Amino acid sequence: MSPQEDRHDPLSPSAPLPNPAPRPPGELEELERVWVRPKGWRMLSMVNNNWIGTIYIGMSLLIFVLAGSLALLMRAQLIVPNNDLIGYDLYNQLFTTHGTMMMFLFAVPVVEAFAVYLLPALLGARDLPFPRLGAFAFWAYAVGSLAFFSSIFFGIAPDGGWFIYPPLTSTRYSPGVNIDMWLLGIGFIEISAIAGAIEIIVGVFRTRAPGMTLARMPVLVWAFLVFAVMIVFAFPAVIWATILLELERAFDWPFYIVDRGGDPLLWQHLFWFFGHPEVYIIFLPAAGMVSMIIPTMVGKPLVGYGLVVVALVATGFLSFGLWVHHMYATGIPNLSLAFFSGASFAVSVPTGIQVFAWIATIATGKMRLEVPMLFILGFLFIFVLGGLTGVMVAIVPFDWQVHDTYFIVAHLHYVLIGGMVFPVFAGIYYWAPNASGKKMSHRLGCWAFWLLFIGINLTFFPMHISGLIGMPRRVYTYPEGMGLELWNLLSTIGAVVAAAGVAVVLFDLARNFRMGMSGGGNIWGAGTLEWLPQGNYAARSIPRIHSREPLWDDPDLADKVKEGRYFLPGSLTGRRETLVTSPTHAIPQFVAVIGSPGWAHLIAALGTAGFFLSLTFKLVWVAGAFGVVGFIAMLRWVWTGTDVGPLRPPADIGGGLRLPVYASGRDSLGWWAMLTLVLVDSAAFASLIFTHAFLWLVNGPAGWPPPGTSLPGLAWPLGAGLLVLAGAGLIWLSDRVLRQGRRRAMALLVLAALVVHLGGLVVDFGAIWAAGIRPTWHAFGASVFANLFWQGFHGAVLLIMAIYLAARSFAGRLDPVWRASFDNVRLFWSYCVVQALVGLALTHLFPRLAGGA
Amino acid sequence: MNLDSANLQAVLSPAGPYAQSIAELSWVLFVGGTVIFLIVGVFLALASFGGPALRAHLGSRRFILAGGVAFPVVVLSALLVWTLGINRAVSLPLGLGSEPPLRIQMIGYQFWWEVRYPGTMPDGGVVTANEVRIPVGRDVVLEVTSADVIHSVWIPALNGKIDMIPGRWNTRPIRADRPGVLRGQCAEFCGAQHALMAFYVVAETPPAFEAWLNRQRLPAPPTADPVMAMGRAAFGAAGCGGCHKIRGTEWNGQIGPDLTHVGGRLSLAAGVLDNHRGTLAGWIAGAQDIKPGNRMPSFATALDGPELRAMAAWLESLK
Repeated sequence: MSPQEDRHDPLSPSAPLPNPAPRPPGELEELERVWVRPKGWRMLSMVNNNWIGTIYIGMSLLIFVLAGSLALLMRAQLIVPNNDLIGYDLYNQLFTTHGTMMMFLFAVPVVEAFAVYLLPALLGARDLPFPRLGAFAFWAYAVGSLAFFSSIFFGIAPDGGWFIYPPLTSTRYSPGVNIDMWLLGIGFIEISAIAGAIEIIVGVFRTRAPGMTLARMPVLVWAFLVFAVMIVFAFPAVIWATILLELERAFDWPFYIVDRGGDPLLWQHLFWFFGHPEVYIIFLPAAGMVSMIIPTMVGKPLVGYGLVVVALVATGFLSFGLWVHHMYATGIPNLSLAFFSGASFAVSVPTGIQVFAWIATIATGKMRLEVPMLFILGFLFIFVLGGLTGVMVAIVPFDWQVHDTYFIVAHLHYVLIGGMVFPVFAGIYYWAPNASGKKMSHRLGCWAFWLLFIGINLTFFPMHISGLIGMPRRVYTYPEGMGLELWNLLSTIGAVVAAAGVAVVLFDLARNFRMGMSGGGNIWGAGTLEWLPQGNYAARSIPRIHSREPLWDDPDLADKVKEGRYFLPGSLTGRRETLVTSPTHAIPQFVAVIGSPGWAHLIAALGTAGFFLSLTFKLVWVAGAFGVVGFIAMLRWVWTGTDVGPLRPPADIGGGLRLPVYASGRDSLGWWAMLTLVLVDSAAFASLIFTHAFLWLVNGPAGWPPPGTSLPGLAWPLGAGLLVLAGAGLIWLSDRVLRQGRRRAMALLVLAALVVHLGGLVVDFGAIWAAGIRPTWHAFGASVFANLFWQGFHGAVLLIMAIYLAARSFAGRLDPVWRASFDNVRLFWSYCVVQALVGLALTHLFPRLAGGA
Repeated sequence: MNLDSANLQAVLSPAGPYAQSIAELSWVLFVGGTVIFLIVGVFLALASFGGPALRAHLGSRRFILAGGVAFPVVVLSALLVWTLGINRAVSLPLGLGSEPPLRIQMIGYQFWWEVRYPGTMPDGGVVTANEVRIPVGRDVVLEVTSADVIHSVWIPALNGKIDMIPGRWNTRPIRADRPGVLRGQCAEFCGAQHALMAFYVVAETPPAFEAWLNRQRLPAPPTADPVMAMGRAAFGAAGCGGCHKIRGTEWNGQIGPDLTHVGGRLSLAAGVLDNHRGTLAGWIAGAQDIKPGNRMPSFATALDGPELRAMAAWLESLK
């Protein structure tokens, strides 16, 4: 490209700034009006990522403190042998609730909260692509996690360990409501984690500043992306396991009951297929924070950026091949163990790359020992130690000794506290000035660091020893004379010291953190976009990006951004907007209108939380009421807040770039969100397939289906499959007629497709029922009905979607141009067709081909 | 129960060859891990405070590739090959000597252990509870399963743990090199009293073991002593036989431990109490106070003092 042409490309560094100064009067005021945060009690309706993100971080810190105080109670009980301070019943609830809250309600949410706060700023976006979805996820989490925590006051907190292995957690051995609290309470918060992941994925791929190619993304953005993709593939497995256990508990479908063809190991496979990636889901974003803070603290770019990014992605991949290393002692054959042992070793390579990249970066510059850097050094100490014990427990015979002992308690706290809590505290001290415009106290920060560093090591290092001398985990008491007294005493003292460290951080936050977007400027001299001057609308104008550290390249960038010299310095539609760019090269494509403050998503969150919580207590009618309220709120939210249509013709965002303000089909943000949701869905369906295959393996081919079962004739599933396919054909046809502008015909075709699709599902159900297969008799029947349940659930979603489309077309909100809703439904529909056909094959063909039918 | 030795249940105080291999492996790991930890620390210190030339080396991609890729790949590959050999060695019986391994079956219950010696009697085998007797110097294969929830057998001084999973039989070889008493414990959380689910392993010389086995084969003897007879009668009257079996009597309960030779065991209530007349009476009277949530009711109100003492005396006599 010649320099001449280059100057005409508004994204080129040599082109003039896209917009002239001074800006027209009223432009900034209009932007401020559009993005204004609701005040007073209306604040509850706010959706701005900077505020929601900050409160989200605060909420997850509250959960951290609450779950941590449960740990202090446990340490108090274990301070001496044979202590009778806390009974077994409460103790068993304490460790279950502590682990569950720390893993599900602190570690994952705090990272999502950081992503909500930081991601748009890091990308140069105005907000997340779906601000209301982000707020919905937050509120659902806030209500759900507080309700979950309060169960401990009523003695109904879960008591089966945070991985609640059946059969201990089956109705037979745990008849109380405690386990349902886990299944429903945690299950629905996982949905909020997935909502956050979708938001992050779409945000990273589509809302980057122009010119921020994938290779120019900050490492933390890569880490958030890998984190979100891992959630998409890992969480469905535990959601599926949870559904199966709840179906077993509520309706006696024997997935995990050995006497009727089930197997408790099915739970362990599904749970750890989630549970191991979970560890890296927690660790990778924290590692990403470290990769942001160290370069700033030494004033040099990260050494080995490419290697670190590859390491993040590789960790994500490898972590899905390690789950069996939590199951070494379950009697799995040695050959498989060797494979998983090798895979567990392999994952230490990408981690090693990151550790050495951080050391290399420190070597290139001059380190400032600010509080964030102290926490990073503490992180390196604790995390490397935990990583080394991680290599040890990847070794099968060593793990057979220390598995389920205090050695593991020590290891997991070293990697989680070292690998996650210390970087998060570093992040709080590092980014707090970004939100409050004021540094936290250096003095208090140093106190907090040393108390935490000494406290954590004093608590957990002795646990290695107590494990090796025979202390299993999850014991409410231990005998005297086994040599455990000293080590437990030290652990308890350490826990108190660490708690004091946390208290100092909270005190510092209370004294020095004031949420105000005045902004203290680029306080640490960092190179990335989150340190641009920020308002509620994020950066005033959206810069073009030519490197990984734009603020280091151009010292005047902040001023020019603030003056509105770059892209989209105002609002084109009078509504909240963000710039959408292409997924790899970040070339501007269109301006998307995004959600503004509202009540529907809040009511929907409360309705959802209320629904699941009342269901836990089997208050069916109350649950129904909450469900209806939540459902209506969701409909209103979607109807009024999404797919608002082309509000105006294409407009100039600067530099002669004329962009449309609406997109449908594969360009639209909603389509990408739906695509991600389909990935979540297919991961859950893969767990369903795994359930069939695993139980087939356990029962042997002759036992699948069990003798005496007769499957319906093949004509039935064939007919059902043809009906489902006919539905797909009608949807294809509806697309054709919509393009011709025949909206009414489109609506009728979609409704016809719905009837045909549901007809197919009913035919399948009827044939299975008529053949005498029942879900409670055997794991085979349970699996078949789990498949029917899953297909039926999707049928119900299609029912809502089809009626919604018809309503929109009659309301004049759907036409050949204004059609993003239609495109999204079509994508989901296509997925459901594939899923239904595979489901039919799983029920009817698989037992005939691979089993005894 | 008062234990006078700190090493009954310790990984690094092995009492047999399997645990010995793992203990040696553990020491290699601890020393190697410490060395690597120190090396990383030294690199970090050099990166922070070293001279410019040295720091230029440390600040390069080459350093990352050497430390983060080459070093772990070499070390971990070697470690993998070496530890897979150990894995094999500790998961299969050594097969030394001419004797086939002794089979012992352990079945986990909430919150105790049934221990069977299959093939030691014409109609099956000796059945005991919460105590595993083994002959010194002979391979023993533990075959384990569960009658209710998942448990895990862990005897650190002899070998790593193995889960007891309903519907599955898992195996783990053990062998003791010298006579002595060791302790094992449940390692997989199994409910209310998981913490109080332990047992003892008694390793004896082969003749002593044979003698013990011979005693175990015998049914409970009839008793003529009036106190003993009163205890026996109280056992029946209180309904104990509904849950407990005592060979040589009319009681054939299948829910709790077999009590045919309960008096000869080291502990009561799965490693919780020493075993003598006093603790027997205490356990019968207050099982729910000592180990709340276990399936044995407290009989304090059902039995009067003399009955309780007589029953304890009779049970103690069943050696």
